[in-house]
Amino acid sequence: MNVNREPALRLQGIVKTFPGVRALDGVDFEVMPGEVHALLGENGAGKSTLMKVLAGMYQPDEGQIIIAGQKVRMTTPIEAKAQGVILIHQELSLVPEMSAAENIYLGELPRKSLGRVDWKTLEARSNAILKRLRCNFRAEVTVANLSIANQQMVEIARALTVDARVVIFDEPTASLTDAEKVVLFDIINDLKAQGVGIVYISHRMDEIFTLSDRITVLRDGGYRGTLNTADTNEDEVTRLMIGRSLDLSRDEAAREFGKTMLDVRNLTCPGLFENVSFSVRAGEVVGFYGLVGAGRTEIAETLFGLRKPTSGEILVDGETVEIGSPRAAIAMGISLVPENRKEQGLVLQMNCRDNMTLPQVQDLTAGPFLSQGAELAIFDQYRDRLAIKTPSWRQSAGVLSGGNQQKIVIGKWLSMQPRVLIVDEPTRGIDVGSKSEIHQLLRELAAQGYAVIVISSEMPEVLRVSDRIVAMYHGRIMREFSIDEVTEDSLVQAISGITSDTAA
Amino acid sequence: MAYFYQNPLLRWLMRNPIWGFVLIIFIFFSLSADHFFSERNLMNIVVQTSTIGLIALGMTLVMINGNIDLSVGATLALAAAFAVDVQSWAAFSTWGNWQILPAVCLALLVGILMGAINGFIVWKTGVDAFIVTLGAMLGIRGLVFVYTGEQSFYAMNFAYSDFSFMTIGPFPVLAVIFGIAVLAVHWLLSRTVHGRNTYAVGGNREAAVNAGIRVGPHMMINFMLIGFLAALSGVLLSTQMGAATPNLGRDYELWVITAVVLGGTKLTGGKGDIIGTLGGVLAIGILRNGMNLMQVPAFYVYVILGSILIAVLFLDKRFNRTADGGLRL
Repeated sequence: MNVNREPALRLQGIVKTFPGVRALDGVDFEVMPGEVHALLGENGAGKSTLMKVLAGMYQPDEGQIIIAGQKVRMTTPIEAKAQGVILIHQELSLVPEMSAAENIYLGELPRKSLGRVDWKTLEARSNAILKRLRCNFRAEVTVANLSIANQQMVEIARALTVDARVVIFDEPTASLTDAEKVVLFDIINDLKAQGVGIVYISHRMDEIFTLSDRITVLRDGGYRGTLNTADTNEDEVTRLMIGRSLDLSRDEAAREFGKTMLDVRNLTCPGLFENVSFSVRAGEVVGFYGLVGAGRTEIAETLFGLRKPTSGEILVDGETVEIGSPRAAIAMGISLVPENRKEQGLVLQMNCRDNMTLPQVQDLTAGPFLSQGAELAIFDQYRDRLAIKTPSWRQSAGVLSGGNQQKIVIGKWLSMQPRVLIVDEPTRGIDVGSKSEIHQLLRELAAQGYAVIVISSEMPEVLRVSDRIVAMYHGRIMREFSIDEVTEDSLVQAISGITSDTAA
Repeated sequence: MAYFYQNPLLRWLMRNPIWGFVLIIFIFFSLSADHFFSERNLMNIVVQTSTIGLIALGMTLVMINGNIDLSVGATLALAAAFAVDVQSWAAFSTWGNWQILPAVCLALLVGILMGAINGFIVWKTGVDAFIVTLGAMLGIRGLVFVYTGEQSFYAMNFAYSDFSFMTIGPFPVLAVIFGIAVLAVHWLLSRTVHGRNTYAVGGNREAAVNAGIRVGPHMMINFMLIGFLAALSGVLLSTQMGAATPNLGRDYELWVITAVVLGGTKLTGGKGDIIGTLGGVLAIGILRNGMNLMQVPAFYVYVILGSILIAVLFLDKRFNRTADGGLRL
């Protein structure tokens, strides 16, 4: 570790305001060389604003940025990069049609005379970087042909083309498998050993506690403190983050379930899932657990009329049905809260009220015109019931935090009084506070008699919300557990395709 | 800066920079062009812009819906040709002034039909509306030349060419028609189910499908509406000229798209409104009229409009980026 203990990067009293919002209110933050410093906070706490200040995308209104003892002003990401501060985006920003090498040196391609690209140098350098990252693909391959994890490696490789002083990782594991995560953590530790300062932004506590040396917490744009990871625990961090403790227990009385609302028999869609049978009763939450690509989302899409099964039967409330389109599914009382709320669930430019009433505006009319009163009544009712935080119904859905966006989507379907509610990855990209609220909400909905299906890749989540858990592997249901008999081990085995003797 | 965000009028102007521009050029021409600020000239501006304005209303619908229609100029010409030609058909020779009625009805139907074809192809094939309507623009213009034999048609019935000079109370009839159309489309867009779903489909097609909205029919209805409005515009233009020429409506698609984009409607869909479009249409109308009165050669209007288009969009980008999406590139 550096002897003179001069921070690689230091922010002092950073203030940044936007129209009507004080996004950062006097934030202090520093990263030492060779340190992993985690930045934590709920969505809307100011993490991304701070990150953009760090990366030169925003200029702070007040405060100082000090790099290696020098006060600097960075007005563009290029200047920040020249200072050795590099941001690795959460969303990949690669040009899919270009090769990995071209992407790594995008904007800085090595040149020969007359502005020609020096392909030899480009590929040699790129391959050297990829080797350093222990990547098993060559720099000549087209990015579109790489897996998401490898694309992320290309994104990281970009950071290493210059002498990086500070590398900022923004939710880097969001789309990675466990094995890929291990590789990423190795890389982060390598960088750390080389004396690079790492800023690590994530919602996942386990990662933060594995990786980081220190943790800085933001809440409502304000600095809430910096903790040594070794001297703290998840509880303390969470309290700092949301200003209260989280209650993670399930202490409700055992419930009676109603009649079977959804019965699926031998449903098959070749290549995606095969011979899938399960049922959901009123008042019950059935969790679908498995790895990404196990066919869970595809089953949900089939039930919602977005895919056609080749064989099998679907019974809703005892009647065999054909579900040809989402429109038909909605008419039968099946609702889907999709995996990607921004792409599939919300019209981002549209205001909150209009988003919420979208599937039923045709019924909210007075004569030929929409009834503003009826729409507002629905919005108000579900805003209160789901505790949606928005200054007004006029706010466009795109500017809300992830948790509130998800609540709008859930409210949209609840207001349709569905019989079966399917929720796909309900808390992906949502901060801890809203996450537990959404879990609570799913339990409450079941208690009110809805039949709920929750698809999730997070074990704590399925364990917390489900009454029964369906474990899937490669398009097949491996095993079904009641919540009383399930153990973490048996669940992991089931979704990894290991058929143990106890299953029989 | 804080003051800017609190004053409601200024805030409104920041969201609709085109109206600020309309205000500025209105004051400018009132002060510097002799005959600009008179009731008669102002009515004149509305009449002159009603042709482009009517189509711009339809284009706003289509663009919010996530599509575009390049064939409007050609549709206008075809409808005008039908309107003028059909009234002189022998079958209607004994109908007197009533011969105008089937001619106009047929012309409007032709417009709706052209729009329906565009919409149907976009719906069923999934080909981009830009390409489909580019093809339609060429194809329909070709039909116009085939139909007219490259000749102009002249209206023999004077009642037809007198129509555009009629007034209702103090207002020219063309201004009244345009005004009614503005209100009707504004209501359609802001107050009806079809309008709401038009925004939803253009804003996020996948989310719209997932909400049970049938995307295709909404797109087709909007294409039929713009076809109707283009045809109506063609009929009104031919009453003003007393004739229909095969080259009628050339470049109109460009003027119309300029007006709509000036008014803040996004090419990517999901965003825009009729109030903005009206501002865009008036900006073009006032500029053309005012510069004409000041005897500036017409081609300078193009130079100025081109610059304004870029300037207004630049202002829009500066004022209306959101707190988190405001990347400086």
